[in-house]
Amino acid sequence: MLLIKELKKALGVALWFIFLTFPIMVIKVDPIERIIRYRWENAAYVAIVAFTAYLVMSFFKMRKLRVTADKKEVKKSQNVIYSILNNKKQLTVLSFAILAIAIIFPHFFSVYQTNVMTTALMYVVLGLGLNIVVGMAGLLDLGFVAFYAVGAYSYALLNYHFGLGFWVVLPIGGALAAIFGIILGFPVLRLRGDYLAIVTLGFGEIIRLILENWGEFSQGPSGISNISRPGFFGMDFSLETSIMYMYYIMVIGVIVTIFIVNRLQDSRLGRAWIALREDEIACQAMGIDKRKTKLAAFSLGAFWAGLIGVVFAAKTTFINPASFTFLESAIILSIVVLGGMGSIIGVILGAFILILMPEYLRALSEFRMLAFGGVMVAMMVFRPQGMIANIRRTYKFEKQE
Amino acid sequence: MDNQILKVNGLTMDFGGIRALNSLDLDVNRGEIVALIGPNGAGKTTFFNCITGIYAPTEGEVYLASPGSDTKVSLKGLKPNQVTEKGLARTFQNIRLFAKMTVLENVMIGRHCRTKATVLGAVFRNRTTRDEEQSILETSYDILEKVGLEQYVNEFANNLPYGAQRRLEVARALATEPLLLLLDEPAAGMNPQETIELEKLIKEISSEGQSILLIEHDMTLVMSLSDRIFVMDYGKKIAEGTPVEIRENPAVIKAYLGEDVDA
Amino acid sequence: MDYFIELLFSGLTRGSIYALIALGYTMVYGIIGLINFAHGEIYMIGAFTAFIVATVLSIYGFPLLAIIVIAGVAAAVWSSAYGYTIEKIAYKPLRHAPRLSPLISAIGMSIFLQNYVLLAQTSDFLPFPELIPDFEFMEPVAHIVGSSDLVILITTTVVMLILTYIIKFTRVGKAMRATAQDRTMAMLVGINVNQIISATFIIGSALAAIGGLLIASHIGQINFYIGFIAGIKAFTAAVLGGIGSIPGAVLGSLVLGLTESFATGYVSSDYEDVFAFSLLVLILIFKPSGLLGKAETKKV
Repeated sequence: MLLIKELKKALGVALWFIFLTFPIMVIKVDPIERIIRYRWENAAYVAIVAFTAYLVMSFFKMRKLRVTADKKEVKKSQNVIYSILNNKKQLTVLSFAILAIAIIFPHFFSVYQTNVMTTALMYVVLGLGLNIVVGMAGLLDLGFVAFYAVGAYSYALLNYHFGLGFWVVLPIGGALAAIFGIILGFPVLRLRGDYLAIVTLGFGEIIRLILENWGEFSQGPSGISNISRPGFFGMDFSLETSIMYMYYIMVIGVIVTIFIVNRLQDSRLGRAWIALREDEIACQAMGIDKRKTKLAAFSLGAFWAGLIGVVFAAKTTFINPASFTFLESAIILSIVVLGGMGSIIGVILGAFILILMPEYLRALSEFRMLAFGGVMVAMMVFRPQGMIANIRRTYKFEKQE
Repeated sequence: MDNQILKVNGLTMDFGGIRALNSLDLDVNRGEIVALIGPNGAGKTTFFNCITGIYAPTEGEVYLASPGSDTKVSLKGLKPNQVTEKGLARTFQNIRLFAKMTVLENVMIGRHCRTKATVLGAVFRNRTTRDEEQSILETSYDILEKVGLEQYVNEFANNLPYGAQRRLEVARALATEPLLLLLDEPAAGMNPQETIELEKLIKEISSEGQSILLIEHDMTLVMSLSDRIFVMDYGKKIAEGTPVEIRENPAVIKAYLGEDVDA
Repeated sequence: MDYFIELLFSGLTRGSIYALIALGYTMVYGIIGLINFAHGEIYMIGAFTAFIVATVLSIYGFPLLAIIVIAGVAAAVWSSAYGYTIEKIAYKPLRHAPRLSPLISAIGMSIFLQNYVLLAQTSDFLPFPELIPDFEFMEPVAHIVGSSDLVILITTTVVMLILTYIIKFTRVGKAMRATAQDRTMAMLVGINVNQIISATFIIGSALAAIGGLLIASHIGQINFYIGFIAGIKAFTAAVLGGIGSIPGAVLGSLVLGLTESFATGYVSSDYEDVFAFSLLVLILIFKPSGLLGKAETKKV
């Protein structure tokens, strides 16, 4: 009986979606040639997707009801990942295995693959940087890409005008981005969460528009090209070697970032961030300076974005404002949301899934942004804690006699 | 020797046209338990919010004793975190724990203003930071033991039973080493058994010399705990005195209008 | 002087279209406290629906008036349907979630809809059919005020009056105001809050669709990305006026439209969008309650 009722409902949902998507999915007009095309097959696809999606959802809803009735089952069904994370020995073995694979990777795969992997690693670091701001401190920053742009442009410009090298500018780019973070953070961090999101979005767009329009400074939309690749004690690399070199720089970058972020998370400051995210007023009442703490998170996040900006400019040797749109911020945000806000392992996985999937499943690459948007909605609705929820450190106490 | 730990003079708070607090005077002496009572809406929580810097009072002065000196410091214009740093810590009427943090971490947050590790310390974990972290852990655990929550150390705060959550609020406030502990309806919503345990806990904390100012509706608890009681109604103080005096005060009985004060 | 009047009218036209979109933001914010980030996309979908329907009808040889009416109605109907569905899918399940969850969901929805239109239609700019003819009686002043400016101003005024009537005098409007003030209380006095929220989304979306139709025929082209910028600007206008306040949204929109028009006319057109974004940042920092909004007090 229940099944028939659900099927009927699913049918209703399917019909509604056919109606909803009819003008945009089915009709396609060419206003110049004055031709109308009706793509009826699309209506069928929409119907099938809506129908199954509804059934799958109602199936899960019912199962969830049953599971919550029996709490023990929930614990049993916790997946393998958590048990590995909780087991120090397994975790060490796994880390070394991954490290070994990472080291030999470029020797077994093509230059192209190595390049793609470098990009993925850059997003891992960007994700971890944004994770400090959004995941830990709970500050929704939609203009993260602005700091990324600051890093990229500081390298491009310093390299273009003064011939400064990658290693010199790397810390400068990070520091400049962090300073920008402080300058912006100072007035805006007292704003409420959703306003903060919009202000950072506006700020990101302002930076991009300035880069686009202030030609004398940034060379406008045509961008800056011929940026030097990173050097190694004055040695000259072939293109192939320098891609590999870039890859190793990023492997080290990721390791260092994970190390630092991991330590921050369980520090006095990291706890303050999370407390701030959980309850601002209680947090202040516990003696935490709201503004200082937020500023620390904001500028640290910006610092990482700046570093990766420098890497990005060095890797592509060409940058223009089009690389720093809001969509870029949204991609990094969806990495954090998919992975699990505040969860380091989650963010790493999220970056690999979202960056590598569209690369390797070429057929799907045009659906990339569609999927990013969908993932953000679905995650919020079904699994707000992300793929891998943040687990807090546990402590053991020995009874002292 | 001045024995006062908190001195409030003529505290007034206006919200638009409404005067929530009307020239309120209040003081707490070292080691005392003082209760602030009054019907719902009398302005008790507003009073807490004013002295802890969450609201900026329209008029009036708040002074807190400063350790190791005879002079008092004014809390006027300080932000909530600065007030806490000066030694005034509070709990909340509607529990405000950090839900996604463990019980231990909740208490560790209380240690924040008494410690100083920075970003660099967190990353490099030098000797000082490690020692500090260790001391945070030990102090926090000791406090949890004191309030009887040691079995929940690694649980998420929002998974605790109700009474335990209230005690965790107390533990968290204690971790800031307050000169004066403010408790906002600590027994609200507790069953009789939990209330008795809470009473024991407050007495124990007080016996260690902790000065306490509490807002409470449970008159049995108030009468048995307090050294002195202040009664508020419509933002004004209508009476103050020992529990015995308050019990017989006609103004108080009138304010509670038929409520059985002796209950 | 002519130039000034031209800028004045172009500012008012812009402003009144922003107002149609800004109202959706402000109404939704007033009722569920959410910045409906996908609202710009609703407007874009309205413009696309109008474009598709109008082009189909003109190919089939319908008369101009019929095209305008049918395209307008279709845009409003479909936009409302999208608004309603989005609320059910992406926001309703998150009604008791932390404040940032529905906002992230809304951002996701916005990206999803942009790319949905991009994939189902095209990424190119499409020429929008000229729906508003040049009136003869406007000829003497045509170099200053175009016919479409006039139509936009009149249409917006009429729509605003209807909206004011709905909100002030109808059952739905009263229920909306009650829900905006106190959702729990509204529920207790027997208002079906879910229905009212849906109604808010439907009305807001229909307004955005009308805005989409008007601006598309005014500018003459559309693509999948128009919703983003228009959405941000309308949001700026809503915040400028005081988010949650309906007269505020209209006032804020007019101020923004005029500012943009004069700034691009007298200063520089390169930085057109920078003006709006800077204005947004400045208001949020210095006067987040806007011109007509009430400051929020925090509850402890």
